[in-house]
Amino acid sequence: MSATAPRRRSPEPYLWLLFSAGGMAAALVLPVLVLLFGVAFPLGLLDAPDYAHLLAVVGNPLTKLVLFGVCALALIHWAHRFRFTLEHGLQVGRFDRVISVCCYGAAVVVSAVAAWVLLSA
Amino acid sequence: MTTPVRAYRHPIPRTWWARRRSYRLFMLREISCVFVAWFVVYVLLLVHAIGSGSDSYDQFLDFSANPLVVALNVVTLIFILLHAVTWFGSAPRAIVVHLRGRRVPESAVLAGHYAAWLVVSAIVAWLVLS
Repeated sequence: MSATAPRRRSPEPYLWLLFSAGGMAAALVLPVLVLLFGVAFPLGLLDAPDYAHLLAVVGNPLTKLVLFGVCALALIHWAHRFRFTLEHGLQVGRFDRVISVCCYGAAVVVSAVAAWVLLSA
Repeated sequence: MTTPVRAYRHPIPRTWWARRRSYRLFMLREISCVFVAWFVVYVLLLVHAIGSGSDSYDQFLDFSANPLVVALNVVTLIFILLHAVTWFGSAPRAIVVHLRGRRVPESAVLAGHYAAWLVVSAIVAWLVLS
């Protein structure tokens, strides 16, 4: 290939890679968290953990790092899938640029919020 | 001589995905991402409450026990399980592993994912409940 005519690179493979990593993180980690914090503790099927214990778990830097990774990747996963669900489901592919900016933008903003929440917790 | 021709595009109705059971299941699987996003927000609310003191944590527990929130989270659990099962189900076709020149059978890749799911869930449950 000649160096004078650089081919425009598509970001799609990288976005798909992040989507894929997020799908895996969400599939591995989220079900148990929904089961515990979304259903079992609120319904009283299990006793909710006491405050001091959870503070210690969340205060651990490794927990923060893992939680941040899971949150950020799961959000990119949402952004990518939601983008194509809108475009294919509602046949609005001609607005791809706007939809992409909104979806990935929202994922980045909420990831930044996640970093702030985890660092200040 | 060539004239620019706009390619014909067959019109697809907006409700194409409602036509068949397999399409509807596909759409439900795709919509699971909305529940993934909701639960990330929910986890962040929990972490923020823990960081803000034990009163905030109690308030979060009250919020999480609100019948509407419980109902939403039950639906979330169903959709996230749909996501996990369909995700692991497609993994053997997406991940082709070769060991010593032989392709690792699809069933082994699938079993590996379920084993990883079990291990991760056990570690998280142990961390939270111990």
